Amino acid sequence: MIQLENLQKSFGPHKVLAGVDLTVPQGRSMVIIGGSGSGKSVLLKCILGLETPDGGRILVDGQDATKGDRDAFLARFGMLFQGAALFDSLPVWQNVAFRLLRGALKRPKAEAREIAIEKLRRVGLSPDVADKFPAELSGGMQKRVGLARAIAAEPQIIFFDEPTTGLDPIMAGVIDDLIREITAEMGATALTITHDMGSVRAIADEVAMLHGGKIRWSGPVAELDASGDPYVEQFITGSATGPIAALR
Amino acid sequence: MRDAPSLPVRALAGLGGAVLGLLAMIGRVTLFALSFFRHLLTPPFYGREFVVALGSIGWLSLPVVGMTAFFTGGALALQIYAGGSRFDAQAVVPQIVALGMVRELGPVLVGLMIAARVTSSIAAEIATMKVTEQIDALVTLSTHPMKYLTVPRVLAGLIVVPLLVGLGDVIGILGGFTVGVKSLGFNPAVYIRNTWDFLEPLDVISSLVKGVAFGFISTLMGCYAGMRSGRGAQGVGEATKSSVESASVLILTANFILTGVFFSV
Repeated sequence: MIQLENLQKSFGPHKVLAGVDLTVPQGRSMVIIGGSGSGKSVLLKCILGLETPDGGRILVDGQDATKGDRDAFLARFGMLFQGAALFDSLPVWQNVAFRLLRGALKRPKAEAREIAIEKLRRVGLSPDVADKFPAELSGGMQKRVGLARAIAAEPQIIFFDEPTTGLDPIMAGVIDDLIREITAEMGATALTITHDMGSVRAIADEVAMLHGGKIRWSGPVAELDASGDPYVEQFITGSATGPIAALR
Repeated sequence: MRDAPSLPVRALAGLGGAVLGLLAMIGRVTLFALSFFRHLLTPPFYGREFVVALGSIGWLSLPVVGMTAFFTGGALALQIYAGGSRFDAQAVVPQIVALGMVRELGPVLVGLMIAARVTSSIAAEIATMKVTEQIDALVTLSTHPMKYLTVPRVLAGLIVVPLLVGLGDVIGILGGFTVGVKSLGFNPAVYIRNTWDFLEPLDVISSLVKGVAFGFISTLMGCYAGMRSGRGAQGVGEATKSSVESASVLILTANFILTGVFFSV
């Protein structure tokens, strides 16, 4: 379970997170929605320690995320980045098996390669992709490889940062389905940030909306359309008029 | 309402801001260097990345280093011969070429070539990794970017650049020898004996120590600029440019200081 208590983060005078309170129950898929620049990515980065919060607490299974063994903490996480963030200098299989080739989870090279190929197969990629380099793959294939890397070490918690951005609707649907299936199979806790409402409905058990640096609304995905919150309603209908200012 | 500051006050404020900015940068680079040494001495070590860095910094720099040293040595021989003929001192070509290449031109030219070729490449690569979130990905995969990216490259620079400097010295002398023998009519055996007899161990040691210092500076500044890169293509371009500028200036400054340390009378 992930608990955020009064999480705060500013960049200069700009307060991005102004006291975020959020709970992601274990084994559930939480999707955070919100406009561009609303602080969704910063929220994920604070949990992972990529950004240092100015205030508040981050608890993962009751443990303060900012204290204790960092490697052991991160070993429980997998993350799919918005642009996949694959290492250009490594072939696909070494990207997928990165964690299995070094550090505490190190395995023999042949075994790591086998696991990588198995994970690639799980995300719908054939074994001949394993020896290609990321630059040789399409955007959709790179996302799949990123997903395979995120699940390679069987993490308990998986973060998805804009998993369908830049993909065509069919490929976006494929990625959504994979995320749903894989997190269910693994029993992992999932936290996704997106502004793609198709993804929200495909992936989420729970939805939270981040606006003005705070969680504006949260609840089960089934209640999203009847939230009664004008901000959520404007966001899910994509209306240019409403309480959320839209630049024209 | 307060009056706007006068021109001298604004100029002074600008100067003060620039000095503070420079001091802040020196502080950041120093902390970065200390962090390198701390991570160098603590596991894990990434052997594969170190071997790759040895190849890209050392092996792949050989052509540019070799050609630069050879032609500089040749040009130096021509200049000394032409200049020396004004006061009947053409015979000292082998000695001056050897001294000039080993003490000064070899290390500095190799250092600047490494700054142009390696520092820029390291800065651009790491900056691109930062912009495309590959550095963040490393962290989430429990891999410290300092250990994985900086330590292998700087360690490789520390080891391989002095070797390149030594090789550059030899190739530079060979360039002078080729011009001396083929164009200026020197006897090959005499040229080699004059070169060999004239050089002292301290000349070679100073050259190699400069190589170590320049290897450290060039790779460290590449990593530093890459890690501190701003966003987008402009951030990568700025990081690359500033890495080469700062490495070049630091190499020339370190060269002046080391020359003073070794040869001040």
